[in-house]
Amino acid sequence: MQGLLAWVPLLPLIGFLTLVAFPLFNRHEPSQRTVACIGVGSIGIAALFTAIVAISVFWKNPSEIVNIALWQWMLVDNLELGFNFYIDWLTLVMLMVITGVGFLIHLYSVGYMREDADFRRYFAYLNLFVCAMLILVMADNLVLLYLGWEGVGLCSYLLIGFWYKEPANGAAAQKAFIVTRIGDTAMAIGLFLLFYEFSTLNIPQLTAAIDGPDINNEVVTVACLLLLGGAVGKSAQLPLQTWLPDAMAGPTPVSALIHAATMVTAGVYLIARMHPLYLLSETAMTTVAFVGALTLLLAGFSAIAQSDIKRVLAYSTISQIGYMFLALGVGAWSGAIFHLITHAFFKALLFLSAGSVILSLHHEQNIFSMGGLYRKIPLTFICFTIGCACLAALPFTSGFYSKDHILLSAWEFHQGINILWLAGILGALVTGIYSFRVLFLVFLGREGSASSHCNDANTPVMTIPLCILALLAMIGGLLAPPLQAVFGSRPDEDHSAWIEGVAIAMPLIGLAIAWKLFIYQKKSGEKRSSIMQFWFSGWGFDWLYEHLLVKPFKSLAKINHNDIIDNLYKGTAALSRQLNALLSSSQNGQVRWYLATFAVGSVLFLALLVAL
Amino acid sequence: MPIETAPGLEAGVLLASILFCLGLAGLMMRRNVIFMLMSVEICTNAAALMFVVAGAHWGNADGQVMFIFVVTLAAAEVAIALALVLQFYHRKHTVDIDQLNELRG
Repeated sequence: MQGLLAWVPLLPLIGFLTLVAFPLFNRHEPSQRTVACIGVGSIGIAALFTAIVAISVFWKNPSEIVNIALWQWMLVDNLELGFNFYIDWLTLVMLMVITGVGFLIHLYSVGYMREDADFRRYFAYLNLFVCAMLILVMADNLVLLYLGWEGVGLCSYLLIGFWYKEPANGAAAQKAFIVTRIGDTAMAIGLFLLFYEFSTLNIPQLTAAIDGPDINNEVVTVACLLLLGGAVGKSAQLPLQTWLPDAMAGPTPVSALIHAATMVTAGVYLIARMHPLYLLSETAMTTVAFVGALTLLLAGFSAIAQSDIKRVLAYSTISQIGYMFLALGVGAWSGAIFHLITHAFFKALLFLSAGSVILSLHHEQNIFSMGGLYRKIPLTFICFTIGCACLAALPFTSGFYSKDHILLSAWEFHQGINILWLAGILGALVTGIYSFRVLFLVFLGREGSASSHCNDANTPVMTIPLCILALLAMIGGLLAPPLQAVFGSRPDEDHSAWIEGVAIAMPLIGLAIAWKLFIYQKKSGEKRSSIMQFWFSGWGFDWLYEHLLVKPFKSLAKINHNDIIDNLYKGTAALSRQLNALLSSSQNGQVRWYLATFAVGSVLFLALLVAL
Repeated sequence: MPIETAPGLEAGVLLASILFCLGLAGLMMRRNVIFMLMSVEICTNAAALMFVVAGAHWGNADGQVMFIFVVTLAAAEVAIALALVLQFYHRKHTVDIDQLNELRG
């Protein structure tokens, strides 16, 4: 049974290779049906295998750990790395999310991409992504994890720029790749540092090694902060969050899979996986918490001001991952993972519903052109409403349970009112406002300019995943995974009722504010107040980076257009060429000239001898 | 030990120098290979004269022995050089040394 787990990442890889190699064996482009069977089938079987193993091996035993050693990868001096998988409940949860939600999104993509000429390329990339993501979560050493980490980055780049004929999409893809690369570099340095300190990069060995007596806490702190750098880049947290809103240039199911459910939560997974290390360093923990708190507020306010339906969701993703980082920072590891799961459900649901809206409106994404759509696409409306309710954490939805867990952990962390808890509560209010704002503007209220030519583009292959995700988003709150074996259990504390009350009330207040402000807002989103404009631009981070980094770099590049360093080598070459010309002109073949120089030289030499 | 009665050393050296310079100048200025060979003869004879003068100055017969050597050498050299000149003329139909400039950098 456990052996099936090795097939889980292999199947998407086989799917990818089959799709890529198709033209080698067949002159004709395969039919969409064939491509869909391979692309969706590989993930479907992977999901099935995961479920079988989950039920047969892990279900009864929460502390079960499966090790699968495939082969030795590299052996250099005392660095020994295997291509080995390490599966505990944390990994299993990630596996279920990736294969399960991934399968639903693949299925939805069959409908969403049906009119696209590059159907095969799309599914090839998507399968490769799932393979890389699975390697990331199953890796038993940090280098293998890094392989998956870079693999998902590559697929993210390829899929953001999927419609590469539009230059803006290519620019967005490059931005995502370069910005995450900054974090990845920090992470790589962190790995070197960990290896330097502990002489191993195997995760179980690392977590065992930190119990040792002579641990240099400063090195651990720096390593944790560097790993956090990688997580911040991948999970689009402050200050590397600017790539995610632009990443919405890719197809909508890609945004659902990569930029909401799985890849962007890899940072959360990394920190949760390395949590014994973080526990050693209070500085690192505090940094994680504050990064999360700041990000969730910044992104939340930005989401209020957006006019593109996908950018609203992108900022809300940043904000929700901010909640996960906040949970990680206060040591609520299982809370972070729980929110990761519920977020994967409801955010995938929201993105896929948004995809249905976009497709029904013939690729209109401006929410101010929409409105009153609930009559035309009722099923999408219901799904989107469920998603918004979960996002805003209305009571009894999945988002409520997980977010409540995080807020209570933040409260417990300092035993009272503290800045992290306040940030979380304020964030909950903001979340309520922006999630219902987009719901009201798109589905309720007056009809917008694009609403009139809306025809329902949902096909069964799209509605089925939507319904399953809606169900999961509703009941996901009951599916809290048994992660005590991984993270250790925490004692339950009693909280006074008002804390719970505040957590419940905040989204409702947000809903009321959104109703008051946006339900009948005029459809002229172009005029914004200055604060809204500031939020719309994502707190000016793009502007800041443009002027602080991009422009100086470009002008430097311009100055260095002819490669200043190269001049050194060019100069050397020119000098020797000049010398060569000089000397070879003396070799002119004239015997009498040789004789004359010989005579003059002899005279000079003799004169020198006499003079000395 | 030098023999005081020998004819003036300085005059001999001066004559040899002048001869050598004449030969050298001819060698550099003439383009005709035949004339250049003749100039070389003058140079070698200047050197040979120098041996004789020096031999006379030191009262030593070695200088004259060297002279015989130099003359022999000059004869051998002329034999080879004239053969070369013949070949040169045969190929180029000229005796202008400046035409032999193909071996240049």
